[in-house]
Amino acid sequence: MSRIATFAAGLLFGVGLLVSGMTDPNRVRGFLDVAGAWDPSLAFVMGGALLVHAAAYRWITRLGRPLLADRFHIPTRTSIDGRLVAGAAIFGVGWGLSGICPGPAVVNLGVGASGAAIFALAGVVGMLAYSAWASRSGAG
Amino acid sequence: MNVAMDAAGFLRAALGGALIGAAASLYLLTRGAPAGVSSIVGDALEKGSPGRRDAFAFVGGLVVAGLLGGIFVPSLRAVAPVASLPALAVAGLLVGFGTRLGSGCTSGHGVCGLSRFSLRSLIATLTFMFVAGVMTYAIVHGGNGS
Repeated sequence: MSRIATFAAGLLFGVGLLVSGMTDPNRVRGFLDVAGAWDPSLAFVMGGALLVHAAAYRWITRLGRPLLADRFHIPTRTSIDGRLVAGAAIFGVGWGLSGICPGPAVVNLGVGASGAAIFALAGVVGMLAYSAWASRSGAG
Repeated sequence: MNVAMDAAGFLRAALGGALIGAAASLYLLTRGAPAGVSSIVGDALEKGSPGRRDAFAFVGGLVVAGLLGGIFVPSLRAVAPVASLPALAVAGLLVGFGTRLGSGCTSGHGVCGLSRFSLRSLIATLTFMFVAGVMTYAIVHGGNGS
């Protein structure tokens, strides 16, 4: 049951990304390039997502526990530290370079978009490199 | 400022965003966790992680959405990358490493984190958007006069 619900959430998330146009790195670049012919799409995508999810979040977390898990796993850290900012900045360099963030990267694998496989493979290598580094430095 | 967008594009973007918000809500309602794609992929890659099978199911849903999209909307397959293959490989490495170091990406910080008014997620979102904007400016407008 849990697997089915999770699969459905992934499917709906992917359809949302496709409908929004955000699987096209040209549109993402159009948003990030504020000095060019600015394409505000991504702001509307985030606005739509935030309107729905911010309201639902308040309702869902009042339930006491989720439907198919023991308890809520909401991040509780509040520290603004170097890892958070450095990680976001490194991600930002890669996002600016390619116009691709993790969600669209995975959806584009299914689409069979040009360059999707190499990006996804490199992304996995980057994540595994982080895990190796974190376990060695005791940070993760 | 030059704005390149039409009414249909505006509607599609907002509707797609609402679907993403609904998907994140379904995930929170059932699994009790934020639907951050980088964190979920990270779980899928981690041997012995308790949520590994669920993580695979979510990633599978994303891939199947792409498969169906590619079949029913062939134009999606014709979308061209904005960077060369070597640049995509470098970008993938940075996105993979950076999102794990920073504990989230556009979905985890940008959608889920901002929805619960997390200051960490706000800082992360502002940081990756600003840095990506600077990168984009350098690439699009900074070349050797090209």
